[in-house]
Amino acid sequence: MAKPIVPQGRKPGRLSPSRVGVYAVLVVSALLFLTPFWVMLVTSFKTMNEIRLGHIMSWPDAFTFEPWVKAWSSACTGLACNGIQVGFLNSVRILIPSVIFSIALGAVTGYAMRFYRLKGSNLLFSILLIGAFIPYQVFLYPLVRMFSTIGLYDSLAGIVVVHVIFGLPFMTLLFRNYYSSLPMELFNAARVDGAGFVQTFRYVFLPMSTPIIIVATILQVTGIWNDFILGLTFAGRDNRPMTVLLNNIVNSTQGEAAYNVDMAATILTALVPLTVYLISGRWFVRGIAAGAVKG
Amino acid sequence: MTEAAQTRSPRRKRRIAWAPILALAPAAVVAVVVYIGAMLWTVRLSFTNSRMLPLLDYAGLAQYRRLFATERFTISAVNIVIFGVLFIVGALMLGFLLAVFIDQKVRAEGIFRTIFLYPYSMSFIVTGLAWQWFLNPQLGIQNTVRGFGFPNFTFDWIVNQDRVIYTLVIAAIWQASGLVMAILLAGLRGVDADLWKATKIDAIPTWRVYLSIILPLIAPMFVTASVLLAVAVAKLYDLVVAMTKGGPGISSEVPAKFIMDNFFERANVGLGSAAATVLLVTVIAILAPWLYSQHIANGKAS
Repeated sequence: MAKPIVPQGRKPGRLSPSRVGVYAVLVVSALLFLTPFWVMLVTSFKTMNEIRLGHIMSWPDAFTFEPWVKAWSSACTGLACNGIQVGFLNSVRILIPSVIFSIALGAVTGYAMRFYRLKGSNLLFSILLIGAFIPYQVFLYPLVRMFSTIGLYDSLAGIVVVHVIFGLPFMTLLFRNYYSSLPMELFNAARVDGAGFVQTFRYVFLPMSTPIIIVATILQVTGIWNDFILGLTFAGRDNRPMTVLLNNIVNSTQGEAAYNVDMAATILTALVPLTVYLISGRWFVRGIAAGAVKG
Repeated sequence: MTEAAQTRSPRRKRRIAWAPILALAPAAVVAVVVYIGAMLWTVRLSFTNSRMLPLLDYAGLAQYRRLFATERFTISAVNIVIFGVLFIVGALMLGFLLAVFIDQKVRAEGIFRTIFLYPYSMSFIVTGLAWQWFLNPQLGIQNTVRGFGFPNFTFDWIVNQDRVIYTLVIAAIWQASGLVMAILLAGLRGVDADLWKATKIDAIPTWRVYLSIILPLIAPMFVTASVLLAVAVAKLYDLVVAMTKGGPGISSEVPAKFIMDNFFERANVGLGSAAATVLLVTVIAILAPWLYSQHIANGKAS
C-alpha cells in the first residue's frame, strides 16, 4: 500500500510545533480508527474466563486459538453447529458467478450504450441510474413474488440473478463512462474494417478494458461479499452467505454469548474484503471515485 | 446520421442492427420489470388490504393512516432523521478534517489513508457486531474505563432507549468518514498549486485558506460525498440488525427495517408497502435536484 510520495510545493521544514500538531492529530485519529479492530482481534484470542474480567483492550494473558477453530467449524446457528465455514463456502459460490455475470453484462450494456446511439438508450440509462439510488426495500417484495413464480426464489441461481440485477446500474455506469473516454474513431475504424458488434467488442474494446475490469471486480467482490439484505431474502436456507450466518451466530445465541468465538467469526467474515482492500489499495479508491464523481 | 435516416424513411428497407438491441435487452428488461414494474407494484400494494399475501383490492389510504398511527413507524421516521443529520454532518466534518491533515504533505501518508478507509471495506454487519461488543456495558469499554480507576464512569448508550440512536451514528461515522476523506482528498489534490503560492504571498493563515477558498472550490466533492452518505442513510438496515436489532424495545427502529419486518415477518404486506412508498417518495424528493443537475442535464448538454 505504500505509495511513492512525490515531493512538490514547499519543502517540509524542520519539526515546527504545527508539524508536531499535525502528526499528533493524525496518529491519535489513526489509533481511534484502529481501536474497534484491535478489540475484536484481542477478544478473539482470549478465553471466556479472561473476557469476563472485562479488560477489553488488553493483550490476551492466555493466548488461545480455540475460538477461531470453533468459529470456523462448530459455532451454532439455531440447531446446526457447523461453524461459519458453511457461510464462507456459500459466499464463494454466490460471489464467483455474480461477479462474472454482473461485470460481463455491465460491460456489454455500457459498450452498446456508448457506441450505438439507439433510441431510448439514454432513457434506459437514466432509469437504471435512478434505480440505483432507491433502497432495495422498494423492490424487494414484488421481486420475491416474481422469483417464486418462476422458481428462482430460495436458490443459488436466484441470488446470483438478484446480484446481477442490482449490480447492473453501477456496472453499466462504470463501463459506459470508461468507453466514453475512448475516441469514437476507434470504433468507426473497426466498423470500416468490417468488424461486427461482437468482433469490435471482443478484439478492440475488451483488450483495452483491463483497468476498468479491475475496478469493477474490486467493487463487486467487496459489495457482494458484504451484502446482507439480498442474501437474507433470496438465497434460501441452504445458500445463506457468510454475513447472514455470522449475524445468526452472534445474535441468536442462547445463554451467555461466546464473545471470543463471535469476534473470531466476525474477523473471518471481514477477511475477504479487507484483503481485497489492502492489496488493491489505490484501485479501491479509484473505484469509489469512478462511481461517485461523474456520470 | 444513418440512424436518423432510418427512422425517417420507414419504407426504405434497411438492415436493422440487431446485435446492439439484443445487447441492451437484458438492461431494458431489468429497467422495465424490476425498477419500474416492481416499484409500481409496491406502490399499488400500498393501496390494498394485503396481509400475508398480496391482494388487488382497493383500500384507499387506509394503510397510510394506519402507518402514521403506528408508533414503531413514527419512531423509525424520527430516528432516521436524527441519524441522517448527525451522520452526514459528522462524517463530512471528520472526513474533511482528516483529508486536510493528510494533505499537509505528511510522511507515511499511504498508511494513514489506509487506516482511515479500512472500515469502509467491511460489511455493516461486521461493523455492527464489532461496536455491539465494544459498547457492551457489562464487559466493554465502560467496564474497562471503570477498571482504570473511574468506578462511576458510565457509557451505556447502547442499552439506553434515549441514547441508542447515537451509538448507531458513531459506528456509521467510523465506517464512512474514510470514504469522505478519500473523495475530498482527491478534490484537495486537484487544487491549483499557484493558488497556494498566492495565498502564501498574501500571508493568509492556512486555516483561513481552507475555509474561505478551498472549501468553495471542492464544493462539488462535498455534494458527491453527501449524496453517497444520504443513500446510505436511506438504506440503513444491516447496521441496525447487527448492532441493536432495533432495541432496546423499539427505540432504534429505522424505516428500512420496519419495511422488511412487515413484509417478511409480520405478514403486513400492505403496511410494509405503504412504508416503502413513503421511503421512495422521500428519497426521490431529496435526490431529484442532484440527479437532474449531475446526470440528466449534463447528458443533454453534451
